[in-house]
Amino acid sequence: MSEGIVYWLQQVLNALQLGSIYALIALGYTMVYGILTMINFAHGDVFMVGAFFCFLAAVYLGLPFVPTLLLTMLGAALLGVMIERLAYKPLRHAPRVSAIITALGVGIFLENFTLALAPYPKNIPMLLENVTWNLGGVSLSSLQLIIILLSLGLMFLLDFVVHRTPVGMAMRAISWDKTFVPLMGVPVDLIISITFAIGAGLAGAAGTMYGLAYPVIDPYMGIMVGWKAFISAVVGGIGNIRGAMIGAYILGGVEIMVAAFLPSTYRDFVAFTLLLLLLIVRPYGILGSPRIQKV
Amino acid sequence: MALLTATNVRHCFGGLCALADFNLNLETGELMGVIGPNGAGKTTLFNLITGVYRASEGSIQFKGTELVGKTPHQITALRIGRTFQNIRLFRDLSVLDNVRIAHYAQADYSPLEALLQIGRYRREEQRIIENSRRLLAIFHLEALAGETAKNLPYGLQRRLEIARALAIGPELLLLDEPAAGMNPNEIDLLMEFILWIRKEFNLTILLIEHQMKLVMGICERMKVLDFGETIAEGPPEVIQNHPKVLEAYLGEGPVG
Amino acid sequence: MKSALHNGREWLAAQRWLLPVLLLAGFGLAFAIPEYNLLNKYVQLVVMYVGINIILAVSLNLVNGYMGEFSLAHAGFMAVGAYTAALLTMKVLPVVAYPALFPVAILAGGLVAALFGLIVAVPSFKTRGDYLALITLAFLMIVKSLIENIDYIGGPRGIPGIRRMTTLPWVFFWVVVTVWVVRNFVYSKYGRGVLSIREDEIASDLMSVNTRRVKFLAFTVSSFFAGIAGGLFAHLLQFISPRVFDIIKTTDILIMVYLGGIASIGGSILGAATYTVLLELLRPSTVAALLSWLPAIVFEPLNEHVIKHLGVWRMVIMPLALVLVMIFWPRGIMGLREFRWFIPKRDLEAHHRIAAREEKHGAPHGH
Repeated sequence: MSEGIVYWLQQVLNALQLGSIYALIALGYTMVYGILTMINFAHGDVFMVGAFFCFLAAVYLGLPFVPTLLLTMLGAALLGVMIERLAYKPLRHAPRVSAIITALGVGIFLENFTLALAPYPKNIPMLLENVTWNLGGVSLSSLQLIIILLSLGLMFLLDFVVHRTPVGMAMRAISWDKTFVPLMGVPVDLIISITFAIGAGLAGAAGTMYGLAYPVIDPYMGIMVGWKAFISAVVGGIGNIRGAMIGAYILGGVEIMVAAFLPSTYRDFVAFTLLLLLLIVRPYGILGSPRIQKV
Repeated sequence: MALLTATNVRHCFGGLCALADFNLNLETGELMGVIGPNGAGKTTLFNLITGVYRASEGSIQFKGTELVGKTPHQITALRIGRTFQNIRLFRDLSVLDNVRIAHYAQADYSPLEALLQIGRYRREEQRIIENSRRLLAIFHLEALAGETAKNLPYGLQRRLEIARALAIGPELLLLDEPAAGMNPNEIDLLMEFILWIRKEFNLTILLIEHQMKLVMGICERMKVLDFGETIAEGPPEVIQNHPKVLEAYLGEGPVG
Repeated sequence: MKSALHNGREWLAAQRWLLPVLLLAGFGLAFAIPEYNLLNKYVQLVVMYVGINIILAVSLNLVNGYMGEFSLAHAGFMAVGAYTAALLTMKVLPVVAYPALFPVAILAGGLVAALFGLIVAVPSFKTRGDYLALITLAFLMIVKSLIENIDYIGGPRGIPGIRRMTTLPWVFFWVVVTVWVVRNFVYSKYGRGVLSIREDEIASDLMSVNTRRVKFLAFTVSSFFAGIAGGLFAHLLQFISPRVFDIIKTTDILIMVYLGGIASIGGSILGAATYTVLLELLRPSTVAALLSWLPAIVFEPLNEHVIKHLGVWRMVIMPLALVLVMIFWPRGIMGLREFRWFIPKRDLEAHHRIAAREEKHGAPHGH
């Protein structure tokens, strides 16, 4: 293969890896937004705590990859449900802004609480034997492959749950109508908790994979990754699950391309400019539809 | 002279026309009713007149000024006041402030005068307060001036909404289902009330109703809409026995 | 019991003449304190930070509280003001008469920030709520990365060695100006327009409020004072870098606003003062100093096991406190309420005057 094509394929692989991690986190934002019309600003920090759970399971319990992943997802899911029950549920009928501020508060709490317990960045050990294959010049590592395939698998699973199961139907019903659906016997509180559990669980999975791909973790790592994932969700059309995945891969692609051609300091600049332009041109995202206000 | 004219107005959402080939000629001082079943395009008509929606086709003129293409606040400032089918007060603000806000276009001072409290600012603010309190007094709401709007009982909220619309200083008043949620007794009182404000404030009134009783009782002329089309027009006696109207209202019993 | 307290508050609220007296006294103190060292340097510094934070919170409240939007851009406006003012005093003004032109630099910072405010106001015409929050966030991040990528203004390293020209009287002066101007704005037709936009934008437009103009004004005034605060901040801290003005700074200001209460100038003053002072009080050195009177046998273990670790834990306690405040007072401590001294007399009277005269002829009753 010519050098140009090899280079591009390599970048595409990198973009897929980054996009997969963004997508797993973006799903949590978009699900919570869909069901509560609330931006869960603490979600990026749940992802960070997930990475630390992974560290704990791998180092202190000495677990191998699969149990670590499952334990991390479970821990993050529990954390998500706890946050929802303790901090957000009391505010469900309060002004919307109070819920956003609370989410910001929970996020800062998680960051600093983790910082208080773990003042120094941590190293996640190699949980998987990393084999690198050379495919005609393009190098593909087993880690990369696992991250991409596992993320895709989880996304398809989620898509199935949301579109094909009773729980998913209840979720979609609540996001459609908040006045009458509860009257139909849909257990709203339970469904909302399940939504948070799934979203946080996926963020936990993202935390594990991020930790494997970029092994140094610190309490503030969730801020920027969280924002990027959130941008992905908005780019795709917030509230729309498939949109969040598409948005994440677009953002991953753009960031890798920027990093390839410009100094790395421009990465955030480009990401946010993209967001700004998109919001002005098509504020409801790629797959979203405009909301019509009734007079 | 006609105060408000609409010529061949059409408004469509996608393929569905909420209003089609609509024509209207409202004379100064007239009280006209637009009736029709739910979804007939009545509120769309108000939204077109006040600039919330922009008509896809046709022309709407108020005292010879074209309204299509103007923004709601520009149109309102030409002295067209309106109320809403489902009350839209500024719920967390005081009764007085609800009325004061509607003086925005009349208050004649610049941002700089406001920020530094100079020039016309004080005089204009004083005038707005006087006028607002005068309106509240007329509507027996003066004692509630400091009350938060959402704390008023339903009937008073409706009344405050009309007071707020009158604070615009309107020549034309658009009433969107003023009798919604009222029993027959209350509707009798409302009829008396509407006739009174028309006289007191020299108004031309265009009124939308779902209920026939009110419209039949006070309007001089009526228009009947169904699925965006005008199916009948004329004085109440004619409308009452119009075959197409009876058809559209089938099941609602005899009209009137 | 309650009525005694209530009466006391009523009496105090009626003594409006106290306000100018307190202002004059405040100015006198602001000059006297640094001159005669009435407070130690550290306390003076904290007082100045409280002042700057009051300017930030009151101005942000205009957009986030009164108008009900959720802007995350405030630290961005602050950065614009800080960089403009600092570059002026460091690169331009030394050539001309130097310290006398400090206020010019601060004012210029405010004006440039206001210009950026105008730009951010444009998307608010069409967008509301979460999407506007994102646009303002994007603005903040773009400002930050732009500064990082311009070498002339120090890039990611920032600008060190700014002269310390912010003094207590200057901070006091700008706090008074901010509160006065924002209060004038709020109680004018534009301010009522801002409030009506929060309540129901479409109804507001249909009540003749020029919503675009009102939004322009709100964003301009708000960002102007954020720029002023930025300039004062730069000339107090003596060092600025893009990292100083990141999302964490915005979050700090947001906390002050929502803690104090939305749509309340008094609330923002309270919120800014409480938050700033509490954070300082929770510093290990402060707590140690405050508790040093304890006998050594109690103090030593306390110091060793609790106080020394406060530095980290205070940032755990503060967000928890915020969440609790939000759950129990969703609109903040003073939400939608105001100190009566800040409300123009005209407004108070118009709201509370008992119906002195029944109109000779009113509308028919009933309906």
